[in-house]
Amino acid sequence: MSHASRKKLLLMGRSGSGKSSMRSIIFSNYSAFDTRRLGATIDVELSHLRFLGNMTLNLWDCGGQDIFMDNYFTNQKDHIFKMVQVLIHVFDVESKSINKDIEIFIKSLTNLQKYSPGAKIFVLLHKMDLVQIDKRQELFTIMMEKLQKISNPYQFKLIGFPTSIWDESLYKAWSQIVCSLIPNINLFNSNLIKFNSILDAEEIILFEKTTFLVISSTASMNQEEDDEENTVKQPEEDLDPKRFEKISNIIKTYKQSITKLRTNFNNLIIHGSNGNNFYIDILTDNMFIMIVLKQSVEELLILDNIKAARKWFEKIENA
Amino acid sequence: METEPESTHPSKDTNATILLMGLRRGGKSSICKVVFHNMQPLDTLYLESTSKPTTEQFSSLIDLSVMELPGQLNYFEPNYDSERLFSSIGALVYVIDSQDEYLNALTNLSMIIEFAYKVNPKINIEVLIHKIDGLSEDYRIDAQRDIMQRTGDELLDLGLEGVQVSFYLTSIFDHSIYEAFSRIVQKLISELPSLENMLDNLVQHSSIDKVFLFDVNSKIYVATDSSPVDIQTYEVCAEFIDITIDLDDLYVENDQNKHTPQQPDSDKELKSISHLSNGSILYLKQMIRGLALVALIRNDDIRKDGARDTISAINQDKSLAIIDYNVNLFKQSLIKIWKNSRLDQTSR
Repeated sequence: MSHASRKKLLLMGRSGSGKSSMRSIIFSNYSAFDTRRLGATIDVELSHLRFLGNMTLNLWDCGGQDIFMDNYFTNQKDHIFKMVQVLIHVFDVESKSINKDIEIFIKSLTNLQKYSPGAKIFVLLHKMDLVQIDKRQELFTIMMEKLQKISNPYQFKLIGFPTSIWDESLYKAWSQIVCSLIPNINLFNSNLIKFNSILDAEEIILFEKTTFLVISSTASMNQEEDDEENTVKQPEEDLDPKRFEKISNIIKTYKQSITKLRTNFNNLIIHGSNGNNFYIDILTDNMFIMIVLKQSVEELLILDNIKAARKWFEKIENA
Repeated sequence: METEPESTHPSKDTNATILLMGLRRGGKSSICKVVFHNMQPLDTLYLESTSKPTTEQFSSLIDLSVMELPGQLNYFEPNYDSERLFSSIGALVYVIDSQDEYLNALTNLSMIIEFAYKVNPKINIEVLIHKIDGLSEDYRIDAQRDIMQRTGDELLDLGLEGVQVSFYLTSIFDHSIYEAFSRIVQKLISELPSLENMLDNLVQHSSIDKVFLFDVNSKIYVATDSSPVDIQTYEVCAEFIDITIDLDDLYVENDQNKHTPQQPDSDKELKSISHLSNGSILYLKQMIRGLALVALIRNDDIRKDGARDTISAINQDKSLAIIDYNVNLFKQSLIKIWKNSRLDQTSR
């Protein structure tokens, strides 16, 4: 096993914007309901999360009350903003004092530029469920344009997501944030394509085991190829574009549900009502694989194939 | 039977109606919405007060309808045809709000029981002690005992000591309401003993721990084997249905159905199997009429140290094949039972 690579993630935003709720749902198996019991975060709450075996995420959940905030930007600024890989800034869409929110965002950008200029910046517009459905997209675009303009002087490129703890948008955002940290993501992708060429599946998706965030999938790579080569290939995708997040969500619910039997699950095989077959199985110590097949193949054949693929993926993981 | 001729009057399936009654704000509409419409429990806060009797059609192994009556009305006013109403139903479900003062409700209940029992002595009387989510553990038992005691006394005063009244502690925020409704519905299914017998047979011959026959939409179980129901197993099984269906729905393409219409239906039944790390297996298979069989299979020989060695893995696959075969047999007999019950109904 190679030496652990440590990543420092800052989770910032004004008080009450939902930072700790996010963290608890993604990393601590809370349900959206449970987050109501969370109190205010005092100062900085550190959590070390093992992700994909050898990657350690140091998540700094920074309490957002003004006293703490002032402290971050004055006394503790070199402590907080040094060696940051990722800043995740959370905006509450219902916030009354947007100017104050932006002011704090600028402050943290200033500090980041000084202490860790290579950091990636993600902006989450949170609590989107409180906005009317038809207004969401508009609000998101306006807000992102504004924020991008603000951060231009600091030469950061923003990546933004609309999120809510009540649907799968949270998984989408975090999945992309975490994927941006995986160094050998290309190896995973290429091996996944090879594997798919053997199975000829409708779709294969890789998930991280504990969080069930999507690491890689055949569909996302097909899309990239299409973009690069500009092929006029008909998008065979009339599938739900949010399906990855939904799967993450469903499987996490399942995992939580069977904790009532004090156990975990090894695999899940579904022969669907419309000819699809689903196989979800452990791939490595840290990954689950999901295969969707159109035609019905002998069940054992697929499971054996997964078993054979295991050692390749284990190799990449430990590289 | 001398009561039989009564049930032959025109309204087709007489004993398959459940009447939901209770005082106002007891939670009747919320129960209907949560159980039959998959509404989130929290959203029921915003329900309007019900002003007219509403009916839910619920088509499972038998065709059920659940009729909800507004709470604030007095059914003993002559313009309501209460007599006909009560004579045509199979079960009377009375909802008592356990968080409120319930003495009024109990008086109301005994009045209704007295009336209903006179009109229709075959009626099942069920009492839901509802909204127990707000009570502490100890207080729940106290409330139940108190309510049972008082109802017993009231009925004794009315000279109705022979009436069977069942009590359930329910809340829409957990699975207790489904459990209660399952029990209530089961009392109305005349084929229940044979179903249970069949499920018992299945359990005996397939090393199954627990098996449920679920109605997929409402998560009410129509039948289960005769071993006691463990609420956690029930919850896991009910959630397993949701998960299977949700995943299955994700990859539905609209044009796909047109491409392969010739595919036989038998191939398209939903089936899902999940191996758990303690060696148990969750097994789901679609049955007829929106029913699904869900079973929890325990394999004791693998438990030793969690690791699946090859021999036990092979054994497990073998036992799965046997279970598959047995479940198919069960399904065929289920179809037969259903056909026969239809014949009975039309010939009656």
